[in-house]
Amino acid sequence: MFDKISRRLGDLREWADARFPLTAFWQDHLVKYYAPKNLNFWYFFGSLAFLVLVIQLLTGIFLTMNYKPTADTAFASVEYIMRDVNWGWLIRYMHSTGASFFFIVIYLHMFRALLYGSYRRPRELLWVFGMLIFVVLMAEAFMGYLLPWGQMSFWGAQVIISLFGAIPYIGDDLALWIRGDFVVADATLNRFFAFHVIAFPLLLIGLVLFHMIALHSVGSNNPDGIEIKKKKDEDGVPLDGIPFHPYYTVKDMVGVVVFLIIFSAVIFYAPEMGGWFLEKDNFVPADPLKTPEHIAPLWYFTPFYAILRAVPDKFLGVVAMGSSMAVLFLLPWLDRSPVRSIRYRGPWFKLALSVFVVSFVGLAYLGTVAATPLATLFSRIFSVLYFAFFLLMPIYSQWDKTKPLPERVTEK
Amino acid sequence: MLDSADIQLDDRAAIKRGAKLFVNYCLNCHSASLMRYSRIAQDLDMSSDEVRNQLITTGAKVGEAMKVAIAEEDAKRWFGTAVPDLSVIARARGVDWLYTYLRSFYRDESRPWGVNNSVFKDVGMPHVLWELQGLQTPIVESYTDEQGNTSERIRGFKLIEKGMLSTSEYDAAMRDLVTFLAYLGEPSKLQRLALGKWVLLFLAGFLVLVILLKKEYWRDIH
Repeated sequence: MFDKISRRLGDLREWADARFPLTAFWQDHLVKYYAPKNLNFWYFFGSLAFLVLVIQLLTGIFLTMNYKPTADTAFASVEYIMRDVNWGWLIRYMHSTGASFFFIVIYLHMFRALLYGSYRRPRELLWVFGMLIFVVLMAEAFMGYLLPWGQMSFWGAQVIISLFGAIPYIGDDLALWIRGDFVVADATLNRFFAFHVIAFPLLLIGLVLFHMIALHSVGSNNPDGIEIKKKKDEDGVPLDGIPFHPYYTVKDMVGVVVFLIIFSAVIFYAPEMGGWFLEKDNFVPADPLKTPEHIAPLWYFTPFYAILRAVPDKFLGVVAMGSSMAVLFLLPWLDRSPVRSIRYRGPWFKLALSVFVVSFVGLAYLGTVAATPLATLFSRIFSVLYFAFFLLMPIYSQWDKTKPLPERVTEK
Repeated sequence: MLDSADIQLDDRAAIKRGAKLFVNYCLNCHSASLMRYSRIAQDLDMSSDEVRNQLITTGAKVGEAMKVAIAEEDAKRWFGTAVPDLSVIARARGVDWLYTYLRSFYRDESRPWGVNNSVFKDVGMPHVLWELQGLQTPIVESYTDEQGNTSERIRGFKLIEKGMLSTSEYDAAMRDLVTFLAYLGEPSKLQRLALGKWVLLFLAGFLVLVILLKKEYWRDIH
C-alpha cells in the first residue's frame, strides 16, 4: 500500500523534474547547500527577517480588505478594523508590531555583518542588495505610517516631505510633485497607499530574491570569517559545511519560536510599547490646522533624523542624512583589514565598533527628544563619530594588529 | 501633575456605570462614532432591551454607532471649536489625564461658560458635571522655577457650592467614567489580554519540542 503510494509520488516527481527543476532546486538550495557548521546566535536574524516579511505581506493583504485610503475615511476604517472586523485587532497589531520588529531584526542582521565582516569580498553585492532592501524598507515604513491618518502620520509626512523642499532650485516643485497637493492631503494618502501596498512590496520581494541568489552563490560567512570552501573533501563538500536542510532548518525553527514568543508578548500585552510602536498622538485624527507640540519620527528613523537635525543648514542636513546611509553602501571597500571577523581583529577595530554602537544608539535616542542646545551638541559629536567610523576605516583597519586565522572553523 | 486614575478594566460593573454617565452627560455633544451600542451590549452581557432602555437616549438602533446630532458649525459657534469624538480619547490622552481633567474644572467668570480647567487651560467645554460635583475655586500658590521666575499655580481646589455627590463619590463616579472611556478606546483589549497567555503557553510548549528536535538532529555534528 505505502510502497504503491511512494512509487506513485516518485513517478510524479520524475514527471515534474522533466518539466521543471524541482529536485535540482531542492538539492541546490537546501539539502546540498552547505552552510558553515559554526553559525551562532547572530545568524538567526536573516531567516527572521524573511519571517517578518511574510507576516507583513499576509497581514497587509487582510488589512487592505477593510482599510479605506481617503482622508475622510482612513482613520475611521482603521478603528473599524480594530472593532468590527473579526480578529481585525490582532491582524492590525501584528502589522504595526511587525513594522518595528522588522527594523529590530534588520538592525541586528546588519550588526552581525559588521561583527564578522560579512560584507567583505566576495560578498560585496550581497551587502549592496541588503542595503538596498534596508533603504526600500525605510520608504515602505514611512509610507505605511501615513495610512492610519493620525496626527503623527500627517505631521511626520509633512516634515519629511518638506525636506525635499530644501534641495536648491527644484526643491519646492519636487515636494509638491511628491505630495500631489500643497500640503499632505487626500492625494498624498492615495499615492502613498499605492506605493505601500504594491510598488515597494514588489521591489522588496525582488531585492530579497537577489539577496538570496547572491548569498547562495557565495555561501554564508561565519563567525571566524574564513572561507569554508577552501577546505573540501574528495566529493567537493566543504569539510566545515553541513547541509542547510535539515540542520539549519531545525535550528532556525528554534529561533523562529523564540522570536514568536517575544513578538506575541508585545502584540498581546504591549502593542503600543509605551508609545514607541504606536504613538499616543496618532490616536487623534489628522488635523492640518493643529500642529502637535512635539513631532518625532518613529524610533527606527531617529538615528538618521538626529544627524539631519545636527546640521544647522537644512539642505546640508539633508545631504548629511543621505550620506549617513550612502556611506553604509561603501563598507566593503572601506574595510582594508586582512581578517574579517572581530574575533581576529585588533584593538583599534574593536574600539571603533564600540564607539560606533554608542554613537548610533545615542543618535537614536537624541532623535526622539526636543532639540535643546545640549541635545544638539551631543547629536553633533555622535554624528562626527558615526562618519569617522566609516571614513577612517581604511586607515585603522589596516593598522590594526590582527591575530592569526585558524585553518578550520572553531567552536565558540 | 496628574492624579492616578487607577482603573480596573475588567470591572464590568464600573464600565456599565461609566457607560450610563457617558450617555447622560457626554453623548449629547461628544460622539463615539467608531463604537456601536451592540458592541457594548455584547461585551457587558446586556440584552438589546437593556441597552435600549439604559444607554440609548436618541432614536438610534442597537446596531448603530454612538453618534450625536450636533452640527460642527453649531459647535463652533457655541464652544469656539468642534467637539472631539471620544472613541479613542483614552488612547490619545491616557486615563490619568482624563481622570484629572474631569475633576479640575473651577469657577472663572472671565470664561464664556464661567469655568476653566487647570489641566486644559481655557478649554471650550462647560462643566457639564457641575450638578454632580458642585463648583470649586482654585487654591493658588506662588512658586519660583529653576530660572528664578516667580509665577502662580493651582495647588488644589475648594468646594464652594455643593453638588449631588460628595467629593469621594464624585471621584468614584469619574473613575467609572474613565474606566468606560478606556474600554471604549480599545474594546478588544480584555479579549487580547485573555488570549495572550494561551498563545504564549502554546509557544512555550512548542519551543521545548523544537529544541529537542534540533538537539536530535545536531547530535551527529561536531
